[in-house]
Amino acid sequence: MSARAIWKGVLVAGKERVPVKLYSAVADRSVHFRLLHRTDKAPVRQVLVNPGTGKPVPYADSLRAWQADDGRRVLLTDDDLATVNPDKSRDIELLSALPLGAIDHRWYDRPYYLGPDGDDRSDLDALATALERDNREGLARWVMRDKEYLGALRVHEGHPMLVTLRHREQVVSQTALSAPGGAALDRRELDMSKQLIGMLETHFDPGEYQDEYRQRVMDLIDTKRRGGKVRKAPPKRRRASSDLTRALEASLKQR
Amino acid sequence: MAKKKRGGPAGPRPFWSGTLAFGLVSLPVGLFPAHRSKPVSLHMVDAKGTRLARRYVCSKDGKPLEWDQLIRGYPVEKDRFVTVTDKELDALAPEKSQEIDLKRFVPVEELDPMRFERAYFLTPEKGATKAYRLLARAMETTGRAGVATFVMRGKEYLVALLSQGGILRAETLRFEDELRTPADVGLGDPGSPATAAVKRFQSALKPLRAERLDEAALEDRESQRLIKLARRKLKAGEDVLGKKRKRGARKTGSGASSSPPDLLETLKRSLKEGLEPQEPAPGKKSASKKTASKKTARKKTARGKTAGKEAALSEESREALYRRAQARDLPGRSRMSKQELVDALSE
Repeated sequence: MSARAIWKGVLVAGKERVPVKLYSAVADRSVHFRLLHRTDKAPVRQVLVNPGTGKPVPYADSLRAWQADDGRRVLLTDDDLATVNPDKSRDIELLSALPLGAIDHRWYDRPYYLGPDGDDRSDLDALATALERDNREGLARWVMRDKEYLGALRVHEGHPMLVTLRHREQVVSQTALSAPGGAALDRRELDMSKQLIGMLETHFDPGEYQDEYRQRVMDLIDTKRRGGKVRKAPPKRRRASSDLTRALEASLKQR
Repeated sequence: MAKKKRGGPAGPRPFWSGTLAFGLVSLPVGLFPAHRSKPVSLHMVDAKGTRLARRYVCSKDGKPLEWDQLIRGYPVEKDRFVTVTDKELDALAPEKSQEIDLKRFVPVEELDPMRFERAYFLTPEKGATKAYRLLARAMETTGRAGVATFVMRGKEYLVALLSQGGILRAETLRFEDELRTPADVGLGDPGSPATAAVKRFQSALKPLRAERLDEAALEDRESQRLIKLARRKLKAGEDVLGKKRKRGARKTGSGASSSPPDLLETLKRSLKEGLEPQEPAPGKKSASKKTASKKTARKKTARGKTAGKEAALSEESREALYRRAQARDLPGRSRMSKQELVDALSE
């Protein structure tokens, strides 16, 4: 099964130009509900209204405004917004080649595979191999549907991949925070904690973890569809362990 | 819609609050988003500059609806839905929606970065600071990440618990079936490229080499242009609507008017002192159960409560609001600014 490309562009690295197609590497598995009117079970729709008069306003007649800190609003026309949009382009420009890992994963947003635009994937393979040999990842910038994106150009299972990045303003810097402090940690408790981690240690096997909840939601829907009964149990919450040493000792013994 | 100052010292509430289980050690924690919304958000107004609100109407009779008149439905065939209540959804995973049970620890470097989705800072709640510090230290010195699954706001997450500089972060990971393989999207196997071609690309990459990420490259240039344009028009008196707010003009540090101004403060404080455990919402609900604020909304039948709810929503990140909107299937949500989401959700 092949998926449809979401966009076409040209990867530009210095003088090299490689026509590419972007494919989402993420599959949406969420259960999507509709909102319904409780009494007649008809789906609802959203309308814009003037809250003073309660009168609906067609979406096409709505305008965008920016609010200043002092409460005043500035109307932004379509022309205004168009001037703010980045220039249209198909180029995915490689800005820099960084040591692998220089882009912390906290910047990462969504991964996309790069496939060849056409049948010839030799340039893409050469690019992937070049990145791998140099132990580097690229930083790229491009404009897709009037929006500017930044991405990390990496290699995944031999395929070049672009992972879109969050903007600087969107990541809360950890350096602004200070860790919880207090008296020196108890050496014995620390040793026991490390020991417990050691006992629970394993390799990361992604296949081991399933979204069971999603399945239960689907089962619930199925049960209700067939007119079956469902249970409603109230959850309860655990309290903080007051005696850490004892809790750790007991945990170690249990295993 | 009136903006009311919210009372109480709490500041932004945790996105989720529950218990971290490490062996038999229970550690109540709060999760705060480590990401925030875009630095600029636009309002929707009519030609006179009146801020517009969103309302739900029934698609059958066109009548405007309040929150307590809505219910979630899953489409089973054309125009037929199975309705599901929040209570029923919560009851599906009573333990997992309360607890992150760290049953596995793995080497940090084994986690493929393309799995990472979203990050949250963990703060200890009252009485949990010591256990928090202990776990953070033990994980950091062993270079291990905790892995678990848990349920937050109606969705199960695979999560990696990472420790850095004495602070714990929970980072959600994509499940295996949420990631496509190259074969899934129809990509053929990579071939072995000619040495000359590889060399060509290596020399194309060479002049681009840099040793560190220049974070200035990550600035949101679009938002910056938008703010600049809006400020210029404001100064020139072009298309300016409304009057200056007289007193108490809200100061929003660094012009980031859409990010909760005191998230950082709350984080700092709660890392330092340990937050009071969240009081269960009206009725006997735990904090983690306030899925999409729906049930709280249902409880609050008094009209005056909306302002408080709006203020509470304003404290959340756009992402958090977007998820609520997603859970409620608000149309046009991806185009909505943070404020628009707040408006749409608080109706």
